[in-house]
Amino acid sequence: METGGWIMMILSVGTVVSLFGWCLFRVLTLAPEEAEDHLHGELDIETHEKD
Amino acid sequence: MQSSPKPEGWSSRLGVILAVAGSAVGLGNFLRFPGLAAQYGSGAFMIAYFISLVLIGIPICWAEWTMGRYAGQYGFRSSPGIFSVLIKHPMGKYLGALGVIIPVCIYMYYVYIEAWCAGYAWYFLIGKINFTTPDQVSDFFQKFVGSTQDGLVVQRGSNQVVLFLVIVFALNFVIIYRGLSKGIEFFCKWAMPALIFLAIIILLRVLTLGTPDPAKPDQNVLSGLGFMWNPGQVGKELLNPQLWLAAAGQIFFSLSVGFGVIITYASYLTRKDDIVLSGLTASSANEFCEVALGGLITVPAAFMFLGAAGVAGQGTFGLGFNVLPLVFAKMPFPGFFGTVFFTLLFLAAITSSLSMLQPGIAFLEEALGVGRKVSVTLLGALTALGCLFVVNFSKDLKALDTIDFWVGTFLIFVLATILIITFGWIMGVDKGFEEAHQGAHIRIPNAFRFIIKWVSPAFLLIIFALWVLFNVFGWNIDTGQFQPTGYVADLIGQPGKEPNQVARLSLALIGIVVVFTVVLISAASTRWKKKLTGIKAN
Repeated sequence: METGGWIMMILSVGTVVSLFGWCLFRVLTLAPEEAEDHLHGELDIETHEKD
Repeated sequence: MQSSPKPEGWSSRLGVILAVAGSAVGLGNFLRFPGLAAQYGSGAFMIAYFISLVLIGIPICWAEWTMGRYAGQYGFRSSPGIFSVLIKHPMGKYLGALGVIIPVCIYMYYVYIEAWCAGYAWYFLIGKINFTTPDQVSDFFQKFVGSTQDGLVVQRGSNQVVLFLVIVFALNFVIIYRGLSKGIEFFCKWAMPALIFLAIIILLRVLTLGTPDPAKPDQNVLSGLGFMWNPGQVGKELLNPQLWLAAAGQIFFSLSVGFGVIITYASYLTRKDDIVLSGLTASSANEFCEVALGGLITVPAAFMFLGAAGVAGQGTFGLGFNVLPLVFAKMPFPGFFGTVFFTLLFLAAITSSLSMLQPGIAFLEEALGVGRKVSVTLLGALTALGCLFVVNFSKDLKALDTIDFWVGTFLIFVLATILIITFGWIMGVDKGFEEAHQGAHIRIPNAFRFIIKWVSPAFLLIIFALWVLFNVFGWNIDTGQFQPTGYVADLIGQPGKEPNQVARLSLALIGIVVVFTVVLISAASTRWKKKLTGIKAN
């Protein structure tokens, strides 16, 4: 494996691992009420749909 | 008719993210991406790949999440319903029809490939796959999928793939019937971590193989990684339009943008739910699986056992179902690692196929005003007929290939272009950003205002135009001549070659789905208009 190959691999893999790790950290460290409060599919707007 | 008393929705943030990531992570992550990177030389390919990720992948992803959630507040969950909110013109909702047609048509053949993965996992487990020559693997594959003649797989006693197909098809519908949170979300919460765990097992095995055959010292783990990652001639390759097309196409198809899936999933969120961080997390999960796992497993493993000649020129199916079974057969504990790998592919496939059903379910519920039971039954019948068509016309996988080309590639380009233009120009970047930032835990950098309005549509249109030139009109960049490609020749014929009837029938099948969808939208339009007017009046 060439030096360029090592650089490409480390840069590419490092970039996606860092990005995924950072995103996951942000999502998992949200306060529970902050994270789950509104995720229940209730509409904010009452549609009054009858049909 | 009474509306459903309890609206469907997601039960947790992580659940939504895993469901979207599950939709994105598919066979392409582990088979198509590494093959392309190795083919073009990873240096130039990865530069084009990451530029495409920033310029079209993530922007379209955010646009879909935003537009889906926005229209969801008006009670619309299906792509045509969502477009009826986004585009005021009466024709707007018909553009959204693509967000139903695409996932439904793709499901018809994708579930068949999913059955291959399940079949290979099972055959590895029971020790039936233990080949020593490429011909043995190829023969097995052709017989298993029925690619030697039409109708082979539906002939009694000829093959087991139909059994796997029935099981896999039923499993998809059992999960989807359980609903969004109890079905898709619950399944993805287990399947996605399991998929990553299985991929890490395979990765550790590949990276610790050393030199598998002492007689071939040049085929070792480092040379395998080098074959995948050595940069090649970066400057020269970056001038190759085919490389940009391949990289942008990979980003595009890998992230599941332009499928109609993300926009539907996001419509079940409320305005206070974050979509910016969630969208980025789902995209980055896909990139992690693709680059960090897929990029280190398949091609390096294949190179170590078969050398460059065994890997070169293999497409997705070739690498997955012809090359890799041979590679696993040469490893210690072939049954175990073969089973793990094809189970991994099966999980990647089923989390994607589930996502292809939800847009159809949402559309039928909304267009016909029916509940989940009826919509699941109707969609089951429609997709079963389509799947039967694909399986019956299995010679050279012609039906599968034709639908994949015209729907799984061409129409996806069209829908993605419509989506990004709708977000940037019809909804407007300012309103779009304001909407996206409602409830957001991170902010989209301001540079993306310019990117989404100008760069993404332009980049996408250029890539689309190049794709049409190369893959439809058959433009030879060296000679400047045009020779219609096989997909076009199959439909219109060419000197010395009759049109292919299966290809034509496949296009007719797509046409039937289009007509069916358009008729239902037309029938529902008055009710949707009334619903939208009622909401705005309130």
